[in-house]
Amino acid sequence: MRIALFATCLGDTLFPEAVKSTAVLLARLGHDVVFPPQQTCCGQMHVNTGYQREPVPLVRNFAEQFGDPAIEAVVVPSGSCAGSVRHQHEIVAERYGDAALRAGVAAVRTKTYELSEFLVDVLDLTDVGAYFPHRVTYHPTCHSLRMLRVGEKPLRLLRAVEGIDLVELPEADACCGFGGTFAVKNAETSTAMLRDKMDHITGTGAAVCTAGDSSCLMHIGGGLSRIRSGKRTLHLAQILAATRTAPHVLTEAAR
Amino acid sequence: MSSPTGPATQGTFLGMPAVPPRSPYGTGHLRGERSFPRAAHDELGNEQLRRNLGKATHSIRAKRLAVTGELPDWEQLRDTGSAIKTDTMNRLPELLEQLERKVTERGGTVHWARDGVEANEIVTRLVRETGSDEILKVKSMATQEIGLNEHLASQGIAALETDLAELIVQLADDRPSHILVPAIHRNREEIREIFLRHIPGVDPALDADPARLAAAARAFLREKFMTTKVAVSGANFGIAETGTLAVVESEGNGRMCLTLPEMLITVMGIEKVLPRFQDLEVFLQLLPRSSTGERMNPYTSLWTGVTPGDGPQEFHLVLLDNGRTAALADRIGRAALNCIRCSACLNVCPVYERTGGHAYGSTYPGPIGAVLTPQLAGMHGAKNDPNSSLPYASSLCGACFDACPVKIDIPSLLVELRHQHTEQSGTTAEKLAMKAAAAVMKRPGLFTAAQKAAGLGRVPAGRDGTLSRLPPPLNGWSDSRDTPAPPKQTFRSWFASAEGAAAMRAAAEEGARHTDDAPHTDDAPQEES
Repeated sequence: MRIALFATCLGDTLFPEAVKSTAVLLARLGHDVVFPPQQTCCGQMHVNTGYQREPVPLVRNFAEQFGDPAIEAVVVPSGSCAGSVRHQHEIVAERYGDAALRAGVAAVRTKTYELSEFLVDVLDLTDVGAYFPHRVTYHPTCHSLRMLRVGEKPLRLLRAVEGIDLVELPEADACCGFGGTFAVKNAETSTAMLRDKMDHITGTGAAVCTAGDSSCLMHIGGGLSRIRSGKRTLHLAQILAATRTAPHVLTEAAR
Repeated sequence: MSSPTGPATQGTFLGMPAVPPRSPYGTGHLRGERSFPRAAHDELGNEQLRRNLGKATHSIRAKRLAVTGELPDWEQLRDTGSAIKTDTMNRLPELLEQLERKVTERGGTVHWARDGVEANEIVTRLVRETGSDEILKVKSMATQEIGLNEHLASQGIAALETDLAELIVQLADDRPSHILVPAIHRNREEIREIFLRHIPGVDPALDADPARLAAAARAFLREKFMTTKVAVSGANFGIAETGTLAVVESEGNGRMCLTLPEMLITVMGIEKVLPRFQDLEVFLQLLPRSSTGERMNPYTSLWTGVTPGDGPQEFHLVLLDNGRTAALADRIGRAALNCIRCSACLNVCPVYERTGGHAYGSTYPGPIGAVLTPQLAGMHGAKNDPNSSLPYASSLCGACFDACPVKIDIPSLLVELRHQHTEQSGTTAEKLAMKAAAAVMKRPGLFTAAQKAAGLGRVPAGRDGTLSRLPPPLNGWSDSRDTPAPPKQTFRSWFASAEGAAAMRAAAEEGARHTDDAPHTDDAPQEES
């Protein structure tokens, strides 16, 4: 299948390992992975912060870069960015776009998938041949959970990973407190939410907390690093991309 | 769209529709004194509050899930509730006129109040005409919203709350912090202290046992029920078809209040109307399950006009706008008027759970309050209005939308209000930054250059590759979180590099080898659990 990878601005710039893992994983599964080089950002930060006029060019660029009918699917290693493409681009296009933009947005949204959705729903896979011999706990990010309704899909993928010791995270579906600019505008409330999430993670004894969103992991990982917990965060794609022949070497988190 | 800051007539010309009035600035309780982050700062430091709230919201959450889970048609009920409310809002004027007609036919009197000032004046006049200087109150968020108690006090009329939790809040000279459990921020010991200090003649040996606390309040209230001539209530529902008003409650004090006095005045927000009597079938299932986690609330009182020789012999219905038609006039915002005040969204909200209700500064706290309050009272950018901080008091996690019995898409409404706020607030540093970010991101060449510049962020990073202090306005973030320094190579440059191409080729070959040896896709089904 010809798959276009949407790296997301955060993934491309700050968390390239998560995007590399996504690309490698899809190639290993036998797919033709392309990266439209003119891609930038989905505009989620703008919309969520209250700006719908400013991201119009971003929404337009996204529709143009991924609109090629030869692209059968757009895969995003981020629940919130996939959610933005599926739900917010329409809002922006309805309000400020022309007919062409509305049509472009509609065409792209139906073939855009978050990684776990794509693997389970489109490729019909649960075992992707991964090997990751560590204790792991999974945090379902809010937008994956409630905007995309990915449900158990990431857990099904994780359960099939060879060697993994998957432990349940208490109050898993509680928000970690990131929320984009919420973490800046309401930093103290965000920190109070983060503290509870970190307590639950450290309580599981897992070495790694994984999720399908680099942004939430940046928040949780930033907190775990600050308290020198010895725990670390890793994107779901990085676990799924690890194999016996190319294992993921778990570097020790900052202590 | 400009923000309406003055009376509705200001700046209106002939032939131009007036902007619907909002709740007048500076009246009632639809606005706090500080922005949400400032108010939250103090509340977050209160450990006792956090414990009380955490315990209460977690227990109601569990109860709600249990009783909604046992109904096979819960989702259909939610859809039906949502449809009835949407239909109601679509023809609100017609339904309100029908309600007025029916109430009048049955011997009641209907008053229309454009805002809280008018509603307070109407109620004061009615009470004064009876010659009473004290009234009983039950179940009214609308009168809390308009500050009726304070207004009556200024006119020499004492109002006593009869709902147990509201009584606790009133005796402590405190403010409610939850839609359904106004004293949720207080524990038993605190309540015992309040009663000992404020209930005249209370047994000094009173302990913190809930039953004894309730009995102490009951003894105090019974005396008042027997002697007070006027009561003011709110309404959960008003039925247009029959002119029937409804109040649901847990303690029975409300029923006392609704039946014993000689005059009953009900203050009802105009959005509380329902078209048909049969609609109660849906809402009397949705409301108690969503709010208290009960299959049924203990007391449901319905009354229609006046019944000679039985109950209050004079009935007045005050229909309150106070910003509701302004909300209704907004195509997107009107969905917030569907709210039935069950508080399910508060009980699942991670922000409410940490900050409590007072941080929102309004009679309506929590997620729905963050949507409703700015719509009723406006967001006055020029006045540095605390209400303009409310749409941002959410991480947009969506738990509220999942919990709402009438499916109000609160996260989308919050995003919409944020948009309205930024559109109204002129040029700000944030807007310039957002414009600049969009300008960079719409040009892939510029974006790549900016990524390279971000790579310079590696310089201030420590040996562990993290940034621990960031400049304002990002310092709130960096107070509790490390930030990874941008790696040397972006994904796009890796993908375009020889190294990236080799890695992708190797992965494809590895996959092909596996497909030949032992295809992983084939053994997938057994792996599921």
